[in-house]
Amino acid sequence: MSILGTRVVRTEDPRLLTAGGTYVDDLRVPELAGAARVTFVRSPLAHARITGIDASAAHEAPGLVAVLTYRDINDIPPPPLPPEGGPPPGSEAAPLPLGGPWQEPLLAVDRVRFVGEAVAIVLTDDSYQGEDAAELVTVDYEPLPAVVDLGEAMAGGTLLFPDAGSNVPVAHPAGDLAFDGCDVVVEREIVNQRVAPVPMEGRATAASWVDGKLTVWASTQNAQISRFILAGAFGLDPAAIRVIAPDVGGGFGAKVGLDRDAIVVAWAARHTGRAVRWVETRSENLTGMTHGRAQRHTVKIGGTRDGRVLAYRLDVVQDTGAYPRMGGFLPTLTNLMAPGPYDIAHVEAGYRVVVTTTTPISAYRGAGRPEATAAIERAMDLFAAEIGMDPAEVRRKNLVPSDQFPYQTPCGALYDTGDYIGGLDKVLAGAGYADLRAEQARRRERGDVVQIGIGVSCYVEITAADADNGETARVVVHDDGTATVYTGSSAHGQGHHTSWAMIVEADLGIPMDKVTVKHGDTDEIPLGTGTYASRSLQLGGVAVHRANLEVKELARKLAADLMEASEADLELDTASGSWQVRGDPAASRTWADVASYAGAEGLAAFVHYTDGAPTFPFGSHVAVAEVDTETGKVTLVRHVTVDDAGTVLNPVLTEGQRHGGIAQGVAQALLEEMVYDADGNPLTGTLVDYATITAAELPSFELLVSETPATVNPLGAKGIGEAGTIGATPAMQSAVIDAVSHLGVRHIDMPTTPVRVWAAISEARASQ
Amino acid sequence: MKVTVTVNGRPVAAGVADRTLLVHFLRDEAGLTATNIGCDTSSCGACTVLLDGQSVKSCTVLAVQADGSEVTTVEGLASDSGDMHPVQRAFHAEHALQCGFCTPGMVMAAVSLLAENPKPTEEQVRSGLEGNLCRCTGYHNIVRAVLAASEG
Repeated sequence: MSILGTRVVRTEDPRLLTAGGTYVDDLRVPELAGAARVTFVRSPLAHARITGIDASAAHEAPGLVAVLTYRDINDIPPPPLPPEGGPPPGSEAAPLPLGGPWQEPLLAVDRVRFVGEAVAIVLTDDSYQGEDAAELVTVDYEPLPAVVDLGEAMAGGTLLFPDAGSNVPVAHPAGDLAFDGCDVVVEREIVNQRVAPVPMEGRATAASWVDGKLTVWASTQNAQISRFILAGAFGLDPAAIRVIAPDVGGGFGAKVGLDRDAIVVAWAARHTGRAVRWVETRSENLTGMTHGRAQRHTVKIGGTRDGRVLAYRLDVVQDTGAYPRMGGFLPTLTNLMAPGPYDIAHVEAGYRVVVTTTTPISAYRGAGRPEATAAIERAMDLFAAEIGMDPAEVRRKNLVPSDQFPYQTPCGALYDTGDYIGGLDKVLAGAGYADLRAEQARRRERGDVVQIGIGVSCYVEITAADADNGETARVVVHDDGTATVYTGSSAHGQGHHTSWAMIVEADLGIPMDKVTVKHGDTDEIPLGTGTYASRSLQLGGVAVHRANLEVKELARKLAADLMEASEADLELDTASGSWQVRGDPAASRTWADVASYAGAEGLAAFVHYTDGAPTFPFGSHVAVAEVDTETGKVTLVRHVTVDDAGTVLNPVLTEGQRHGGIAQGVAQALLEEMVYDADGNPLTGTLVDYATITAAELPSFELLVSETPATVNPLGAKGIGEAGTIGATPAMQSAVIDAVSHLGVRHIDMPTTPVRVWAAISEARASQ
Repeated sequence: MKVTVTVNGRPVAAGVADRTLLVHFLRDEAGLTATNIGCDTSSCGACTVLLDGQSVKSCTVLAVQADGSEVTTVEGLASDSGDMHPVQRAFHAEHALQCGFCTPGMVMAAVSLLAENPKPTEEQVRSGLEGNLCRCTGYHNIVRAVLAASEG
């Protein structure tokens, strides 16, 4: 029996549990001995002109090595101009700034555009000295008006980039849509608030420049993309750069590639000739690392009184923060997935990207897709409430039926495979939906202070959207019978080392404990893409599988030669990991035999898998919340999910991905928000103020199994990393609203904090 | 000033600045880097260690305050023969870690929790670990691991 699909605990864990990981701050490699600490001097103002920088006092500080500002960056080429015909769209793989008038400097030149923007760096012998020295750098600011409100930003009264002439770098607004034939049309504005990714390890970069070679250790999701970014920034041959991603303490999309602060750190090593290390503080992280979501939606939905949705229009305003690092990428994905899992005849979606004097926005677990799902799911609930139909029933009437796949949406996506109605029915049965509604009715009848709400969400998402970028794998079988996998994918908690070893064992019969997996070092793996967009298994895993098959065919030839048999008669017994001649069980050769016979040429294969295609995982979530109608306090009581990501390689790992995603989704719905005041000051800039979800605010989750294989790859796999945030967020939000809907509440924006819930109840009661 | 702390049974002496935090003493002087720093407001618990048997956030203790004390970090939990502590074994078996960054602090908080309450309920585990943040696991498997460890 194949090991694939079985429950295998991780091979990564014993080291992490007993010795701890080796994150950037833990590196004790010789190249970083005596590395200077980098401390950033950051803007305390949201928007200001810089009229002077005086570092003279800092130069007297103990342990000071250097103070560097934009004036010192005179040894790298100017940033590339944007391509002809408008700005590049940006992508999750290469979130490059738009360039031209929107160019983001490495260190602020004459203007700062968000609190936390890097103005200067100090290099000191240790980190305590760095904090002291940074305090001594005096920057003169002439304040400019902050631009926080999206409406004000679009009006353009104050421009962040005067040369651009607008605060809207990219605009594809939604066109008009006739709601012909609709008995009911509902329209509403919905806020999908700005949240902070909060990986437990913040950003961290170390660098050394020795003999014309730059080595950068970075907490990144993609070593190879990071090298590409550095080569472009410094005008260096990629061969002169080595990027190493050691253990990475979480990414969630915010560590794709390298951002400007990391580039500055790498530059400082080259500029000064001294090895450097930067590990940001959490307060620095909460304003310096990109945030996610930050969309305002206007949804309009129409249909018949018997529950059929006929038309849906979604208009997105994407707050992109101070610099449009991703161009229009995030709202493009939101538009692509606008209709969700529903068969809606007429859909119109559009977006505008708006700059504000806040921390830049980038990918965060789901990256545009949770926003699409939140919008359509709220719209479905509003429609259901308007026609007085159960929200689960409205969904069932509109889900794409199983016999319609592949299903072409009006927004351009081709949904590959699915059983959307089956998923909904399974989650409703698992949650005991009818009983929950009965309990809700009893509490309402009694007028209980604590009411119960049931939130239902259905979703479909796109994973491996950039499948054509592909992924690499090199599999080597050594003469002792062990194997090494070099993967272009990148692990930061997902369990690649376990999964890839399982694929080798399944394909070649080399036991997992004889398989070493290497990733995240561009000297060993120059070509690769890395981890984001739930792409690892369906691209990186398939690349390993394909490389295994190539190794197997090479081995077959070698074994035939070695055993003096015909290739056609040779078969690999994966149970014992040996080559055998059909009909002659006595003749057998091990992998060690065959690899030894291969000699110096070795037994190895490299695959760059680029002919895959995006996949469309789907599912349904039910959240059950208790809401205290006197205080507005919400308690998530149960969360039940079906998340179908195709064929599961290792249930232990997919469950872990689902758990983590659910928690982050619930966190956005209930608690988390990056808040700015009207002057652009972050009010949630520490973990005391930012309401990161804890164990005490969550129940255990109830996961149901559903596997509808993908047909576009040989593993049948779809992505699972982002399902939780996509499915859980709207279910949780809906549960809160549902708990108080009988009081006249139709909508509460996220996060559904006690004060918002209490205010919504009070307002509804006052209007009745 | 000179500080001597017995870390995982081994005395470590070093001259440190008054403001040196215990977590930096452990990482830089004792050379034990498993204990991580995840915030600057004593909120995340990544730096949790045992100080004379009590769990503390080592970013909130000065090294000088620990002078003469005993500290246990996650590196000191396994037995002399290298067998993992029951809490470590449970974290492994229940997939209670992903990126691993919160793990050393989370394990130490769990060890402390079980020392105070050997048979906790799920709710007690959840409230007991409220001061330790994890961004990967949704806490689900961490809670299961602590409960599993409590059942021996």
